[in-house]
Amino acid sequence: MGSDYGYSEDDDDYYDDEEMIDGTQDEEEDTDEDIDMDGDDFKVSTKGKKKSYEVDYESLSQRSVEKLMQRDVEHICGIFGVESDTASLLLRYMKWNKEKLIEKYMDNAALVSVAAGVTVPEAPPPPLVRTQTISAPASTSRRPTTRGSKLLGLGSKSSKSSNPAPSTPRPPQRTSSKLADQAFVCQICFNDSPDMRTLALDCDHTYCTDCWWDYVVSKIRDESEHSIRCMAESCAMVAPDTFVRDLLLPEPGAPVGDKEKEELGPKMWSRLQELFVRHFVACNASLKFCPYPSCTNTVSCPTAASKSSLTTIVPTVSCGARGIGNGVQDMSRSQQFTLGLQGKEHKFCFGCPIESDHRPVVCNVAKMWLKKCRDDSETANWIKSNTKECSQCQSTIEKNGGCNHMTCKKCKHEFCWVCMGPWSEHGTAWYSCNRYDEKNGVDARDAQSKSRASLERYLHYYNRWANHEQSAKLSLDLYAKTEKKMEEMQITSALTWIEVQFMKKAVEEVDKCRMTLKWTYAMAYYLAKGNEKDLFEDNQRDLEKAVEDLSELLESPIEAENIPTLRQQVTNKTVYVQKRNEIVLEDTAQGFQDGRWRWNVSVDGFDDPEELG
Amino acid sequence: MASISARRLAKELREIQSEGCPVGITLLEANDFSRWLFTIEVMGESLYQGEVYDLQFRFDAQYPISSPAVQFVVTGGKQSPIHPHVYSNGHICASILGNEWSPVLSVIAVCVTLQSMLASCKVRPTDNDRYVRNAPENPKKTLFHYDDDT
Ligand SMILES: [Zn+2]
Ligand SMILES: [Zn+2]
Ligand SMILES: [Zn+2]
Ligand SMILES: [Zn+2]
Ligand SMILES: [Zn+2]
Ligand SMILES: [Zn+2]
Repeated sequence: MGSDYGYSEDDDDYYDDEEMIDGTQDEEEDTDEDIDMDGDDFKVSTKGKKKSYEVDYESLSQRSVEKLMQRDVEHICGIFGVESDTASLLLRYMKWNKEKLIEKYMDNAALVSVAAGVTVPEAPPPPLVRTQTISAPASTSRRPTTRGSKLLGLGSKSSKSSNPAPSTPRPPQRTSSKLADQAFVCQICFNDSPDMRTLALDCDHTYCTDCWWDYVVSKIRDESEHSIRCMAESCAMVAPDTFVRDLLLPEPGAPVGDKEKEELGPKMWSRLQELFVRHFVACNASLKFCPYPSCTNTVSCPTAASKSSLTTIVPTVSCGARGIGNGVQDMSRSQQFTLGLQGKEHKFCFGCPIESDHRPVVCNVAKMWLKKCRDDSETANWIKSNTKECSQCQSTIEKNGGCNHMTCKKCKHEFCWVCMGPWSEHGTAWYSCNRYDEKNGVDARDAQSKSRASLERYLHYYNRWANHEQSAKLSLDLYAKTEKKMEEMQITSALTWIEVQFMKKAVEEVDKCRMTLKWTYAMAYYLAKGNEKDLFEDNQRDLEKAVEDLSELLESPIEAENIPTLRQQVTNKTVYVQKRNEIVLEDTAQGFQDGRWRWNVSVDGFDDPEELG
Repeated sequence: MASISARRLAKELREIQSEGCPVGITLLEANDFSRWLFTIEVMGESLYQGEVYDLQFRFDAQYPISSPAVQFVVTGGKQSPIHPHVYSNGHICASILGNEWSPVLSVIAVCVTLQSMLASCKVRPTDNDRYVRNAPENPKKTLFHYDDDT
């Protein structure tokens, strides 16, 4: 039944497919929490002890993963006494589960070998003249069969002879002339030219080299398939690596026919190596392939390998590489910054694909929240608009920065963009823009007012959630303009480049904290009422207030003479914001580890909420 | 030199014209090497007796290395057969058109396989509505999951 499908167009790539700017840093891994700016403005020491909202992980280059694979292959070669081609096919077939492979192979080597496409089944399809008999090994000390490709050099003009093998020894290649007397016709392209070169796997299903080439390229390039089966109908043989390599990589000194093929071959071979690594990584729960396009790094994070671990940690990791592609270099610095791309590290969640960093909330809750937002997208769509009416004079006000403190140009009314309440109250301790007043819902009796109350409650959280995302984007836009202005000032005034750079770190910090805040609203929506939630919302409010303050400061007009004062203020506030953010992340993460958080709905992996009276 | 795809299709067409199609299958249209149309009818006693369906093949330049895009025609008053592997938009979930495609297979081989597939039970796939709502235009873009239950 076709009840399970996906769409091939729908891949997860976040960006255009381009080359990486940066390579791997296999060993070195730097946390982005440290602010080390030019000058000693920002000094928050975070090195040393591991924070509760961080997980241990290691980034691996493709090469390092290949070494891990090689180790398994050699292990199997040693135990089974087979060549590495065979060991690789067996391991891939058994999804790199070595223990299971050893067990099954010891039990019935012939069966496993046939299923893995290593050997031809006992009763082969209508046989050609067989040049060897297939014998399944009775014991593990014997090699099952001779692996390798057969090159039938019909007309034998260009038969491959001795190969100066680069690394691994190539299996012997036999030249056969058994078909030379009868005209061979490739059953795929129906070519019958006498000097055509042909190839077959051990099953002897022979096709011309051109068809093999097209087939292998199509499997690798178009289907991203690493397991290349024989072209014959329902033949389960799989092409061993050496067969594919001999086909794709021209031999040194061999007559080169096609320039295009000569270039494509090595590309396909290296793409195939990447597919092997991807398959290996996918088979191992403690490994994840970096989701950024064209990046071939892997992250190893054993602490997040099990599903149950995801109720206590949010495994935000980074593959070690930065940047997204060559195209980026053509953009101006401020353009890059606006897009948030400059030297951006490849951050992603090891536990889910929903967002690169959804701390402090755990994957399952974040997932639930996003699903809810998708389901309710129509009711909540209005928040996306950038214009609202002044609650006092009803004139239209447009938001063009990240700050939520609005002043009506017409009547000078100051209000909060999110709750539309007067701004004057936002500074006072008893007012909280972040907390939803549950009282509204308490006396709701009938179903209709209940459902209205629940929609209101949802919109309260959703508006704030969406607003932080929107605001972060708007402040990046605004910053791009500011930066340009500051660069101009550099020319017209005595300021140095370093002196005009102080806002950059502040903007980045605001962006980061808004992401934290955004997800705290998803968390608060599902948190059960009570003391713990109150404390959570206190921390949320303090961070929010600090972020709004800094955000407002960043939008104040910049003149050359006020830069030293502004710099001082921005720096102080940045340090404070950072501290508040630490508190939210630390405390929430600690709460997950202690099992302190209770939900108002049932969440996968958590105890069900106690029955509320 | 003609492409492999054209040479191969030319040969298949020559064979169809000289040897004819198997019983219950007729070639309706093959004006070029990009789209062919057949009619297909299930022979013998079956739930589909007397019903004739139009089957469309689309070929890209990689044929026969890559499989043809095959679907039932559901326009111009035509309908797709009711079958657990056939969606109402004409898309077919059959492994032979996906991961079990072999370049050795031919257009006629596909017709015959589908013809025999139809001779089983007569209901729509359970996920028909959901699939048809989101399905891509080209059935090859769908990664079907094949469980064998025929
Ligand atoms: Zn051929
Ligand atoms: Zn074969
Ligand atoms: Zn990466
Ligand atoms: Zn996650
Ligand atoms: Zn006003
Ligand atoms: Zn407010």
